[in-house]
Amino acid sequence: MVNKVVGSFEEAVADVFDGATIMFGNFAGPGGFPINLCRALRHKGVKNLTIIGNTAGGIGLTTDFDDQAILFENRQVKKVIASFPFSISPSRPSPCEKQVLAGEVELEIVPQGTLAERIRAAGYGIGAFYTPTGVGTVVEKGKEKRVINGREMLLEYALPADFAFIRAFKADKLGNLVYRGTQRNFNPIMATAARITIAEVDEIVEAGEIDPEAIVTPGIFVNRIVKVTKQEDFPRHLERSFWVKTA
Amino acid sequence: MGPTKGKLTRELMAMRISQELFDGAVVNLGIGIPTLVSSYIPEGMTIIFHTQNGALGFGPVVTADEVAEKADVDLINAGGQYITPLPGMCFFHHADSFGMIRGGHIDLTVLGALQVSEKGDLANWLFPARGVGNIGGGMDLAVGAKKVIAAMEHVTKNGELRILKECNYPLTAKECVDLIVTDIAVIEVTREGLVLREHAPGWTAEEVQALTEPRLIIPPDLKEISF
Repeated sequence: MVNKVVGSFEEAVADVFDGATIMFGNFAGPGGFPINLCRALRHKGVKNLTIIGNTAGGIGLTTDFDDQAILFENRQVKKVIASFPFSISPSRPSPCEKQVLAGEVELEIVPQGTLAERIRAAGYGIGAFYTPTGVGTVVEKGKEKRVINGREMLLEYALPADFAFIRAFKADKLGNLVYRGTQRNFNPIMATAARITIAEVDEIVEAGEIDPEAIVTPGIFVNRIVKVTKQEDFPRHLERSFWVKTA
Repeated sequence: MGPTKGKLTRELMAMRISQELFDGAVVNLGIGIPTLVSSYIPEGMTIIFHTQNGALGFGPVVTADEVAEKADVDLINAGGQYITPLPGMCFFHHADSFGMIRGGHIDLTVLGALQVSEKGDLANWLFPARGVGNIGGGMDLAVGAKKVIAAMEHVTKNGELRILKECNYPLTAKECVDLIVTDIAVIEVTREGLVLREHAPGWTAEEVQALTEPRLIIPPDLKEISF
């Protein structure tokens, strides 16, 4: 019987190697960020990582919390691929910003929709695609441009990874996942795009306990599941559904 | 009492922008002045708000005194603000979210701007003085939304012009802006050039022109901004 449940975050990241490419699910702030997998990666200390995500952590949008910033502080990152890599406040630069400006970390900045689609393409077996986003901007530098249906478009390549660290609400033991609210963000597409996908979840249930119609990430995209044992001190009403029923 | 010459506050700019909304519109609001627009939805009108981090049809932002009761890290907008649920709200992942944006399924987006050109080029992601910037979802929204409104103060704090023949800041997208709403004017971007549709109370077309680099087309039905 397949059982993808792993007992600890340390065990879940045990095979992450120096030089690995790792995706982190997240938009901004704590919701949908695999905080415990990120901490375990910091503890493991592997270096020369390429990290992919919407932000690079430490952007200061919400209250301080452990995110990818701790990997920069621990000097584990060689390259970052993100759409929003810097702090929202120029006076409080993130660790990523400092290391990019010092030439210590390489940055590839990608429009958010292009980042999402490149990740999706990698998971869906598509090599590359053309998109109008970025035409006439710094993003088009070095890229093939074509006119398609009368509109200029840029060639963008699929973006795969060795590992995807993702956050979901509930998993069954086969790895089928459901999400909670805007926690979903990049998580379902990243789950498809990595060789090894590791999901951090609030709850693990038996196969059959999640409505098959409600499953967002089919279990074959998920290799390992780890249960969160200690909830962070963030406002989060887990007992309350966002489904507002009208009378 | 006659009109006093002043500049519109951010709230008044948001009120003016809200006149561009229509019933059933799917709307994505950027950060800053655009976010304020959600406070001025005309009565009886249903707006379906989209946020690029994966939600449609959500309710108002959680206010400061509601945080303990209503805030939830799993329900935020693109500005990181806590939002509230509404019946019919739905969630989706980022690829779907930007499919909605690039695929032309968003009726209207309001974006903050640093500079806008005569042709409707938009620059809003990088202050050259900082040297680095965040692209985020702005390039996709500027390219994909059916209508793009740029919201900005007409000139910088130091009086530098921001509506220019050509932007000199790095672009977000070319020829994407349809309407510019500033603290002194409402300007439509057309094939023929920039058309001054409305001016703030007390301002003349000549005074707006003096703070605008490209030549403004002054139509016979030029109006004062009203609320």
